[in-house]
Amino acid sequence: MTVDEAAIKERVRAFLARHDPAATEPLDFLRARYDAGLAWVHFPEGLGGLGAPRELQNVVERELEGTPQPEPGKLVIGLGMAAPTILAFGTEEQKKRFLRPLWTGEEIWCQLFSEPGAGSDLATLATRAVRDGDEWIVDGQKVWTSSAHHARWAILVARTDPDVPKHRGLTYFICDMKAPGVDVRPLRQITGEAEFNEVFLTGVRLPDTLRLGTVGDGWRVAQTTLMSERVAIGGSPTRRGGGAMSTVADTWRQRPELRTHDLHQRLLRLWVEAEVTRLAGVRLREQLAAGAPGPEGSGMKLAFAHLNQAISGLEVEMLREEGLAYDDWSFRRSDTVDFFGRGAGYRYLRARGNSIEGGTSEILRNIIAERVLGLPSEPRVDKNVPWKDLPR
Amino acid sequence: MTLLYSEVEEELRAAVRDLLADRCPPATVLARVESASSYDADLWKALARDIGAAGLLIPEELGGAGASAREAAVVLEELGRAVTPVPFLTSAVLATGALAGSGSGAARDLLAELATGERTAALAVSFAASPYAPAGGTSGVRAEGGRLTGRVAAVAGADAADVLIVPASGALYAVDAADATVEPAVSLDLTRPIAAVTFSDALGQPVADDLASLRAALELGAGLLASEQLGVAEWCLTTTVAYVKERHQFARPVGSFQALKHRLADLWMEVVQARAAARDAADALAGGGDAATAVAVAQAWCGEVAVHAAEECLQLHGGIGMTWEHPVHLYLKRAKADEIALGTPGDHRDALAHLADLPGPPAS
Repeated sequence: MTVDEAAIKERVRAFLARHDPAATEPLDFLRARYDAGLAWVHFPEGLGGLGAPRELQNVVERELEGTPQPEPGKLVIGLGMAAPTILAFGTEEQKKRFLRPLWTGEEIWCQLFSEPGAGSDLATLATRAVRDGDEWIVDGQKVWTSSAHHARWAILVARTDPDVPKHRGLTYFICDMKAPGVDVRPLRQITGEAEFNEVFLTGVRLPDTLRLGTVGDGWRVAQTTLMSERVAIGGSPTRRGGGAMSTVADTWRQRPELRTHDLHQRLLRLWVEAEVTRLAGVRLREQLAAGAPGPEGSGMKLAFAHLNQAISGLEVEMLREEGLAYDDWSFRRSDTVDFFGRGAGYRYLRARGNSIEGGTSEILRNIIAERVLGLPSEPRVDKNVPWKDLPR
Repeated sequence: MTLLYSEVEEELRAAVRDLLADRCPPATVLARVESASSYDADLWKALARDIGAAGLLIPEELGGAGASAREAAVVLEELGRAVTPVPFLTSAVLATGALAGSGSGAARDLLAELATGERTAALAVSFAASPYAPAGGTSGVRAEGGRLTGRVAAVAGADAADVLIVPASGALYAVDAADATVEPAVSLDLTRPIAAVTFSDALGQPVADDLASLRAALELGAGLLASEQLGVAEWCLTTTVAYVKERHQFARPVGSFQALKHRLADLWMEVVQARAAARDAADALAGGGDAATAVAVAQAWCGEVAVHAAEECLQLHGGIGMTWEHPVHLYLKRAKADEIALGTPGDHRDALAHLADLPGPPAS
């Protein structure tokens, strides 16, 4: 059966006839929606989808507007990174076990990739996983882990063979965050709050059934996650003048006393940059509608990082005396990044992370130069050296 | 609306690109700018006749193709990519736009002649005029009893025109080029030189009663110029990427140095944004939305991107980029002239202050 817009609408109608959103518990409604193949229509049948083109998801979202929805904030890593990776590399059992509670939000996910000694050079990571019968014993330290204190599961990359070059000795796991030996500690940031965590893994035992992909293939599996992450982070506003620009533009309109000629010129430049970036995102989504995320997603993240930083910097400067104040330095956990609920100073400081998280802007430029433009890589000193012999 | 290219648009692009690959390689363009005639009349005939480019924006009932700004934009991308010395923008977009917006019988008769490519027109306004200042601030032509007198400087495409469309005393007139004096100026842009046009009691045929269609034509031209700028930028980026892969210094391709890779990655992103903006302007001009804003955004962005791409192209070619024999200077000169043409990026940003409701500081 080919699934088209009419078929999707019919399916949504039939689903709503059986499950009245007003009379059903939200969680039951979401589970039923997943089972009806209306969670993510581009996923296969039986896994929350219909094997339909990705753009038809918009039809579902429109038709189901106002019904209970999964809470997006904490699900970013699960939906944006874990799910595409499990779909691409998981066993049938893993897909059946993990995807449904991931989508409904019953189980939160986090990402155990970066380490104190492995940031841009992720493949040099040192967390070890040693096989012990049907289990793996994991020891190491991970960092920049958002949602770790809520997470039931994590996607984890660990070193299973230190005697081969770094990219070849990695294996990808699903980590049980409830397992003994998992210690999550908040990590305070320049904004004052702790959005991220450090995660210490000490003798953590994971059954081999939590391995994703084959032993030694972890780098290739991680590429799927990282590409999806950049698309997720690079998501753009759909409305002209929306996103980061809307806050500063509103202030500009409401506060004529703050306006200067210099700020005006810079604001108009940024408005244009925001608009062409939004249009590039619209165009990218049109291209993606039929296909999979490609390296162009790296470009969008690069562009948004620059825009968010420039706009929030301008906003603090524009506010003058108010820009000298800050709303709240208290050390507290924050579950999601509330860009618009805080002051300009917070936005400015938080946006500095946009060019670091999920691949620094420098690494993204390398990716564009090498994968899109086909330029040669820098000479590598770590290419054919066993990981254990690399200088650290 | 879509920002992608349709199948028809891709076919049109392929036809233009094939023709230009055959007839308009860089060496030919370079030889052309040093010859007596600055534009390629034979190539223009082939474009106009074989591909129907001259009548692209002219309605079918007048012998044109009845196509939209979207298709014209694709042609301009290719013409920009080859810095083709033909009067497509000046005749088939600007002059045609002014006539098509008028709707008078005289205008329609003229359009029918332009559609076949048998005549070529130019808009006798400064190329530095913009939709926000249609007369360019310097239109000194007066009309009295159908006779035109005055001078317009910096007119693009006048050298290729048989007929001039002239704003004078608040109306539009058509003047036979033979009845005017066209003095080519030594021009920054070698592939689209400007000229001063003087009218001395020249016979003008009224084609529009007011200047509304002039403003609309300048908006159309500005919006579509963004696609030409995109083509210029794409050639510069592609040529530079190919060069830095080949050029070796320090026993490595220079394109393997991060200092260069990062610059080219940033330029690629600017071009990605330029393509989206140029497509959006073309789509809006074809009837798909708020054309004034889309045109201002596309011009504010693409004008600077084309210049940046050409400057980077020259710099990353090193010494060879400074030579007359390498074609990059043709692109740099076109890009810099295009930045001024039909409104500078700053003019378009000024317009956005109003269009996006971001007013300047209150007058003190």
